[in-house]
Amino acid sequence: MTAWLLDLPLALGLFGAGAATLLARSLFGAVLGFISTGLIAALVWVRLEAPDVALTEAVIGAAATSVIILYVASRMSAGAVAPAPPPMAQRLLAGALSVLLAALLAHALQALPDPAPSLAAPILETMAPTGLGNPVTAVLMAQRALDTLLESAVLVFAVFAIWSMAPERRWGRAPGPAFIAEAQGPLAFLAKVLPPIGIVIGIYIAWVGADAPGGKFQGGAVLAAMWVLPWIAGLIAPPSISDMRLRLAIAAGPLVFLMVGLAGFAVADGFLAYPPGFAKPLILLIETAMTLSVAAALACMIAGPPERRAQP
Amino acid sequence: MAEVLTGAAALIMLSALIGLARVLRGPTRADRLLAAQLLSTAGIGALLLLSAAGTPELIDVALILALVGAFASVAFVMASRVIDRR
Amino acid sequence: MSMLVSIFAATSVLAGAFFFIAGTLGLLRFGDTLSRVHALTKADNLGLGLIVLGLLPLADSLADALKLLVIWALVLLGGTTAAQLVAGAVRREQEPPP
Repeated sequence: MTAWLLDLPLALGLFGAGAATLLARSLFGAVLGFISTGLIAALVWVRLEAPDVALTEAVIGAAATSVIILYVASRMSAGAVAPAPPPMAQRLLAGALSVLLAALLAHALQALPDPAPSLAAPILETMAPTGLGNPVTAVLMAQRALDTLLESAVLVFAVFAIWSMAPERRWGRAPGPAFIAEAQGPLAFLAKVLPPIGIVIGIYIAWVGADAPGGKFQGGAVLAAMWVLPWIAGLIAPPSISDMRLRLAIAAGPLVFLMVGLAGFAVADGFLAYPPGFAKPLILLIETAMTLSVAAALACMIAGPPERRAQP
Repeated sequence: MAEVLTGAAALIMLSALIGLARVLRGPTRADRLLAAQLLSTAGIGALLLLSAAGTPELIDVALILALVGAFASVAFVMASRVIDRR
Repeated sequence: MSMLVSIFAATSVLAGAFFFIAGTLGLLRFGDTLSRVHALTKADNLGLGLIVLGLLPLADSLADALKLLVIWALVLLGGTTAAQLVAGAVRREQEPPP
């Protein structure tokens, strides 16, 4: 009974926040509506018994997406020409298409037989050799490891894409604007106190993903956020995008993943096969490198295309 | 006990969702941001209650939300902190 | 004994929920942005604090209880910083720089 008391407002709230985003009269209203939708979505994932997804939605929505779109909205609104809201017809069309998509998905879910077909049983049965306790991580790193390898490469390409948005002459500079550095003040205080705690929590979340909700992506995102905070406070400056250590950090995850995969030809059955007994250490090795890469890549994506000449 | 905890979580979320009306009403940007921050804190409270009511792994989700909850406000003042670019 | 613990936990949790509702009322009904910031910090500090207080005796282990306190401390830290930043931004908009 109390479950409905929680779930119904969440569902209505999700619709309401989406509608508010569409119907907002100002850019900031729409941006905050979008951020609110993300927060509600994280709780909906929790109620759908997907805490790993909820973790990802929470950290990416609250620390990455919100930073990017709030900053862009502020810069747009401060410009010479205020952004004009899109025409109502366009918004109603977007809303109608979204509702149609939701209705189609709901119909598809309703049409599933009861109990719905699921791969949960075979996944749980074949999980034992990996030594992992979290079935989501087992799927990501063992049963569908190839998908995860490709996704890790997508992150690298995403960084390239963002860097390539700068004009040619800015290649080699450091990303993002320069921020005022205040030694005192609430932001400086937060930027000095939070990162040590956040780094510990980020490593913890990445580590605990082997047996509980969490993993490299959530942990890496927390670490990226802990870099973004002192950057906005003006306490640290990003390196030039040509910095080899930065590029190595971004590439480390996919490279280690690929090397382990190729080694599978020599020591196990084939590409991305783990030798028996060595599965968990190899997975942890890949996850460690991936956490570093996700952190570096996300931080670069939030920082944006290169703009300033880097300090030597 | 679990029912009371879930009921309290429902109360908190319902109240924060109603508070989202501020996002539409404004009038200033800060007001809209405050509504989102209230939702974030209410989410943390609800997650703590739900984790005690039966799903203990949710406490990590609450931990993460608590860690990054202030980032929206930080991003809010980001643009005003930019030194004019060369 | 555990009946007493349950009553304490339930009371504290419901009191915390009350402060959250009060925070929303303040957000919706107060006439000024800065007053609304004030209402919000009550929900953060008192509302969440009472909930954490109520959940502490129900925690499964010392580690879980410590996590609860860390979460509350983080919300306090983040919440007060957010309130300061937002209030500063509101002040800057009200008094244009010379």
